[in-house]
Amino acid sequence: MTLKPFLIRYARQFGTLFGLVLLCIALWIATPYFLTSSNLLNIMEQSAINALIAVGMTFIIISGGIDLSVGSLVAFTGVVLAGFLHDGWPWPLAVACGLVAGLGCGIVNGLLVTLGRLPPFIATLGTMSVARGAALLYTDGRPSSGFDSGFRSLATGQVLHIPAPAVIMLVVYVLGHFVLTRTKFGRYTYAIGGNEEAALLSGVRVRLYKTLIYGAGGLLSALAAVLLTARLNSAQPIAGINYELDAIAATVIGGTSLLGGQGTMGGTLVGALIMGVLRNGLNLLGVSSFVQQVVIGAVIILAVLVDVLFKPKKK
Amino acid sequence: MPSLVSALRLRGIRKTFPGVLALDGVDFDLLSGEVHILLGENGAGKSTLMKIISGASRRDAGTMEIAGVPVDLTGPRHAQELGIGIIYQELNLVPHLSVAENILLGREPMLCPGVLDRRRLRRIAQELLDELGLTIAAGAVVSSLGVAEQQMVEVAKALSLDARVLIMDEPTSALTSQEIERLFATIRRLKARGVGIIYISHRMEELFAIGDRVTVLRDGRYIGTKAIGECTLDSLIAMMTGRDLDAQFPKEAARPGEVALRVEGLGRNGVLHDISFSVRRGEIVGLAGLMGSGRTELARALFGADAIDCGRIEVHGRERRIRSPREAIDLGLGFLTEDRKTQGLVLALSVQSNLCLPSLDKYARGGVMMETRERAAAGRMVDELHIKTPGLQQRADCLSGGNQQKVVLGKWLCTAADILIFDEPTRGIDVGAKVEIYRLMNRLAAQGAAILMISSELPEILGMSDRILVMHEGRIAREFSAGATQEQLLAAALGRSV
Ligand SMILES: Nc1ncnc2c1ncn2[C@@H]1O[C@H](COP(=O)(O)OP(=O)(O)OP(=O)(O)O)[C@@H](O)[C@H]1O
Ligand SMILES: [Mg+2]
Repeated sequence: MTLKPFLIRYARQFGTLFGLVLLCIALWIATPYFLTSSNLLNIMEQSAINALIAVGMTFIIISGGIDLSVGSLVAFTGVVLAGFLHDGWPWPLAVACGLVAGLGCGIVNGLLVTLGRLPPFIATLGTMSVARGAALLYTDGRPSSGFDSGFRSLATGQVLHIPAPAVIMLVVYVLGHFVLTRTKFGRYTYAIGGNEEAALLSGVRVRLYKTLIYGAGGLLSALAAVLLTARLNSAQPIAGINYELDAIAATVIGGTSLLGGQGTMGGTLVGALIMGVLRNGLNLLGVSSFVQQVVIGAVIILAVLVDVLFKPKKK
Repeated sequence: MPSLVSALRLRGIRKTFPGVLALDGVDFDLLSGEVHILLGENGAGKSTLMKIISGASRRDAGTMEIAGVPVDLTGPRHAQELGIGIIYQELNLVPHLSVAENILLGREPMLCPGVLDRRRLRRIAQELLDELGLTIAAGAVVSSLGVAEQQMVEVAKALSLDARVLIMDEPTSALTSQEIERLFATIRRLKARGVGIIYISHRMEELFAIGDRVTVLRDGRYIGTKAIGECTLDSLIAMMTGRDLDAQFPKEAARPGEVALRVEGLGRNGVLHDISFSVRRGEIVGLAGLMGSGRTELARALFGADAIDCGRIEVHGRERRIRSPREAIDLGLGFLTEDRKTQGLVLALSVQSNLCLPSLDKYARGGVMMETRERAAAGRMVDELHIKTPGLQQRADCLSGGNQQKVVLGKWLCTAADILIFDEPTRGIDVGAKVEIYRLMNRLAAQGAAILMISSELPEILGMSDRILVMHEGRIAREFSAGATQEQLLAAALGRSV
């Protein structure tokens, strides 16, 4: 591929990347510590959980849906996982079961949307509350802590001096990008979000694929729950509050259209990193968390505003 | 007769899109009270020129004068204020609002600021509709209307702006002949009032019926302007394409084989009743009927897109239950839908992705796309159908209307379907390309495909079919052999016995 069409096609992604670089330069000038390797790795690690959830969210939003339940699923799969661990299951098996639980919850979301014909917003609003309640019931509202070191190494371990969560995040993004751009599943995701009727009439099994897409969303929430539980060495039924909003924000900052049919994995990664960098930088600068909320909200609006203003006018 | 007052004057208009020179120094003059036909092949630049006139798109170079005054349009609103109304190729109504609300959208009468005067809204709209001789109720919800009626609502909307220039981009592509007559009557009335009308259509017979002058574009260049009286069909086609066209309907004799599709007693509550027919291999069966007679509903039911209540469907001699389009495709059916924008294309996806969407399994192994194979297949279709696009990765919504239609057709050639249902296959396609599509249908039939062709253009039905079915109110009213006349078909479609 020659450079020019490539640049035009991915202009939006490079725009966001440019924003990320600018942000980093600004923070570097404000506080030199920002650009140390330990801090950068730190940011990757802290962004990993949101970034993982955002992978699933990207698929769901491109397909024309939305998933509000991901934060609650993080809590629910986290306490389920903790249950298995405390029952003395070997940790890899427990993790696998936690992931399957997440996948199952996601598929339930998908079935509500496809077979139940509920609008995704409503279906996942419901499961958001159900999953949260189930997590609280299951634990009696108490966190459960103290896991073996093998499990905790998922969060504390390092590969080539890079924190394990960052490695997992990068691997998942490479995979996600591959699935979205190089597989039938990815192509159908775009087709369903772009024009569901046309996809259906072209023989796409819309219900099946939509269900799988929500399933993937649940699976990735569960993966995020694994990392969170390992990092905190504790599973909490009130974990993951507002995670859905962070994931949606990362996706949208990354250029995915809430109307469906358009978006990229690379964009979402940059979006998640922008949010991570911003939080980290504001913390370094000692900005209060109240102000941080205001700033992050403003950045979301700004990102989409730039998008709207620079998009070539519709005919 | 048209006056000699210039309504619109364009000189040296130029417009480029990435990779495409859409307009290259085009001149155009419109007089008050004339119907000026704009003619050109698919992708010649007609719609692009109209978008520039209506302020929806900016020209890169050239000048524009409205009634002798040079203007630089800032947007569609500005054009409206200067008396330019446009009816786009694709309908642009808000489906859930009423007819009246659509007609006066953005200019609603108010009781006081912020509060709608609904009664006056309804009354103004109804007056406009009545003036056009339409029987549409102003209170009706747009989505409950047929395509033709929606088209008329667009006309009423454009007129409510008191337009001095009215652009119609393929207004008749979804209309039946009576509806076209009604539209023409309206156009004549507007002419008499001194409105200048720019009219785009690929139905050549219309040009002679309604046009005063004609301007021809080819590949974005201005070819010439002539009075309609000086032109013949052949001379216009030669101007458009730069070459001569031999036959409008190159029908070849069919050699029907065994029955590919047999339908018996098919019914769908309230829409289809007791439908029985069959299509043989190598045969082109035309399906005629009025808008709303159930032709598209029948196609959707056969294709598994809508459920059926009773009846049998046999595919290649075996009874089948088709519950989804996927199952239909796996049985070798293909369905070219009538509305490319809402059913045919995923507009945000590339030409390549659209072409390969129904046949993706062929280009994937273990769920992973084999990019080279997919690209090769799509490239073949672009060549075979002469789809005009700067590249396979071009988004489908950047193609001209006729080229979009070719992409929809190409989808089903990629699947190698051998029972093809074509719903208005040549809608919006230029004369030259129509003949190419007819040839393609001949070739498919000769290779043993069974083709069911739905069309509202009776000449096309008569010219290309081996047998003709006519539907009326959800039933197959009559069957004709190839030698039927237009009058016979029309009578059957209207439910009269002949
Ligand atoms: N938004 C766009 N982006 C890129 N290319 C475009 C865009 N709109 C139109 N084009 C290109 O400009 C050329 C002229 O298109 P236009 O729609 O004006 O053709 P047309 O004469 O109306 O054809 P048709 O009879 O098929 O409707 C085509 O090659 C088309 O692909
Ligand atoms: Mg056009």
